[in-house]
Amino acid sequence: MIPEACIPITGNADQSEKHDTKRNSILHASRGRKPKMETIKDKVAIIGMGCCKFGENWDKGADDMIIDAAYEAYEDAGIDRKDIQAAWVGTTMSGHGGVTLAAPLKLDRIPITHVENFCATGMETLRSASFAVACGAYDIVLCVGFEKLKDTGLAGLPAGYMHPVLGINVTAPGRWAMGATRYFHVYGLSPNEGRETLAKISVKNHYNGARHPKAHLRREVTIEQVLNAPLIAWPLGLFDCCGNTDGAAAAIITRAELAKNFRDDYVLIKGIGLAIGPGLGKEDADYDYVHLPETEFAAQQAYQQAGIKNPRKELDILELHDCFTISELMTLEAIGICPKGKAKEDIDAGTFTLHGELPVNADGGLKSFGHPVGASGLRECYEIYKQMQGKAELPERQLKKEVRLGLSHNQGGHPGSLLPIITILGRKE
Amino acid sequence: MAGIVSYGAYIPVYRLSRAEIARAWGRRAAPGEKAVANYDEDSATMAVEAVIDCLKGIDKQTVDALYFASTTSPYREKQTASLVALAADLRRQIVTADFTNSLRSGTIALRAAVDAVNSGSAKRVTVTASDCRLGIPQSPYEQDFGDGAAALLLGNEDVICEIESAYSHTDEIIDIWRLETDQFIKAWEDRFVIAEGYVRNMKEAVSNIMKKQGLSAKDITKAVFYAPDERRHAEMARELGFDLKTQVQNPMFDRLGNTGCAFAMMMLIAALESSKPGDRILFANYGDGCDAFVLRVTPEIENMRNRRGVKVHLASKMPLLNYEKYLRFRQIIPVEAQAREAANAFPPVAWREREQLISFHGSKCKRCGKIFHPMQRVCIKCGAKDEWEGVPLSHRKGILYTYCIDYLALSGDPPTVVSKVHLDGEIGVYCLMTDRDIDKVRIGMPVEMTFRKMHDSGGMHTYYWKCRPIREA
Repeated sequence: MIPEACIPITGNADQSEKHDTKRNSILHASRGRKPKMETIKDKVAIIGMGCCKFGENWDKGADDMIIDAAYEAYEDAGIDRKDIQAAWVGTTMSGHGGVTLAAPLKLDRIPITHVENFCATGMETLRSASFAVACGAYDIVLCVGFEKLKDTGLAGLPAGYMHPVLGINVTAPGRWAMGATRYFHVYGLSPNEGRETLAKISVKNHYNGARHPKAHLRREVTIEQVLNAPLIAWPLGLFDCCGNTDGAAAAIITRAELAKNFRDDYVLIKGIGLAIGPGLGKEDADYDYVHLPETEFAAQQAYQQAGIKNPRKELDILELHDCFTISELMTLEAIGICPKGKAKEDIDAGTFTLHGELPVNADGGLKSFGHPVGASGLRECYEIYKQMQGKAELPERQLKKEVRLGLSHNQGGHPGSLLPIITILGRKE
Repeated sequence: MAGIVSYGAYIPVYRLSRAEIARAWGRRAAPGEKAVANYDEDSATMAVEAVIDCLKGIDKQTVDALYFASTTSPYREKQTASLVALAADLRRQIVTADFTNSLRSGTIALRAAVDAVNSGSAKRVTVTASDCRLGIPQSPYEQDFGDGAAALLLGNEDVICEIESAYSHTDEIIDIWRLETDQFIKAWEDRFVIAEGYVRNMKEAVSNIMKKQGLSAKDITKAVFYAPDERRHAEMARELGFDLKTQVQNPMFDRLGNTGCAFAMMMLIAALESSKPGDRILFANYGDGCDAFVLRVTPEIENMRNRRGVKVHLASKMPLLNYEKYLRFRQIIPVEAQAREAANAFPPVAWREREQLISFHGSKCKRCGKIFHPMQRVCIKCGAKDEWEGVPLSHRKGILYTYCIDYLALSGDPPTVVSKVHLDGEIGVYCLMTDRDIDKVRIGMPVEMTFRKMHDSGGMHTYYWKCRPIREA
């Protein structure tokens, strides 16, 4: 006998007629409403993290990078591989199945889940694992995100499965450039003004990345260099685009009440938002190409869980998914840090520089630290985690201010079809 | 008696000056320029344009057959007429046929169409001729040949031009040919080709049809006849006794070039564009024999003035600035491509989605009325499931909502202008822009849709629609 509550709500109406009363009351209660969910706030703690050297790692395979990241996390958490009860692994194109993690790390007979959510895959490992830990299924869980891009010889990301007609001539920079063109038009920026605004984001992120020993592109650039770089997808040039990078990052998480057994300066998950839409901005004439509605919604979810009312005032550090400079700019507006169309003012004022009012991508972001697709979400968390612990590698990188609350934004897709995950991390009170 | 009910033509936007070709080879240039198909065009796409132009304002349901003529069909085995019919949105229960291999294919198809209408087996037949021939680099043919397409609708009601008489003869001669594996035209010694091929046959056909109809040169308002080049055209006019200045349709060698099996029909359309009711036209075409027709223009011609035809397409042009780009367009030289994965070619997808990909229909929600492309089973706006009908979109004009100029995307002519277009102000279409000058691409610019080849991956051709700046004179 199947409990009535387990009858799938999408089941055949005729067959489930006898359960109608109960089923309808369940449906009635949930239809059109937000899920009635307890907040994830303060239920899960990060107790260890690792990140391998990002870059064109010609001498390292995916397994090498996974080992580097995972063992750094073990050591950081003070645990052994045998302590791990379950694992989540994220990669978009460098491996399949849980064994892709178990083989290099010799994990033995534990549940391992391979997740993929486009370029938000790294953060998806943390998101999925967090709910498993929060519900009490496991105490110690390993998350690893990785990607080995540089073995393909391709420029940009491999396209994977493509529709033979609708899917071709599609590049990630092209998709974001269409947002930039429209953004400039709507907010009255001339192409030069617009490109210069974006160039400042690139200059900032390169400045930050140049100071991180694990970053891919460790070199400062000038506005002139950015503006004069070869075009990739106008209005975006080479320095508006993130690096094509190899890398891996890892996190060890546990239930919050167990965290103190491992360390004092653990970092708590305060909120996680993920909002995916039908992704039909390309087809829908109503989509305006300047708003990122999925990101707006994901941020609201995360803020609500974390109890954040004024993100600009309350957040101390932001790690934004700057696959392209225009993405960082539009995201600043979508998550409520800048008013719509006004990000330029803060960018010009230096608000988001390393020691500015609200540092964004203090480690260099995807732009300079690099973007091994499946690893980036965890790499962002790695930076916030280290800054909160006061353990940025070099003193000049350590933020001067108290870092209590940070936002990490990892996304897949492009304007019109976004897949954003926003995670709020905080120090214990 | 069957006659011409409508006409349409297509000339690609690019023109290559013959001086630029001559520059590459240190040769003497023939005068003027030639029309060059863009990298994403071929005989099939040009035929679609001509057929759509021809059928403007005409109920497509009334067309009973489509004949496609070309010496450069995209496939050696596989019909092109079926593709043209689908892209032009003709109905399924029609006769389609390809007429190929002869420079005379266009008029052979025309003759077959006339016979079909006269026999009563079809009420209306569309004939299209389209060619994109290659002369071997450095040869005079390379300078002479241009690309283009023509279309005629034949029927026996509302005719703009009656066909008073038709004449054909066949002739076996190896003058110009290509073997299965040849990319370029081959030809025997010019003096033989002209004297025993073109001149002998053309004179024989014209004199026979004139004799049959009891006509002499002075009875002809306009003589329209094929010739391989400008000099031979003028010589033939003299031989046939026509006054070159007043009685002969200009062959447009200096603006169009010899468009192969479409050439004579394009000249005929140019003649019809400036004809008056009552004009008598002699129309003759050469290739493995000759076809000749005597035509009489009717008052209905006045209803045909909204075609782009030859005139508008000739006036709407863009220079192809260098010969090297021409070599690239025609894939005559290998070029380093962007380091990107080649596109997929999946015939089942192209077949399954033919209504939206080839006929370019969108889905119109029967509940809320919104139109989407690609077609949506579940409405984006109101969520209605499977309550939609296909509606044609290819004729709708739009504006460019946003775009990028992508240098990374794999293309036969980078950069790629990726476009979000709003058709009729409310139907969103995400597509590529072709025939564009990248310095002139702007948000808000008016665009229209055009049928193009997307790629040649997998040893087959994949077609779809792109947007382009509106072609106007």
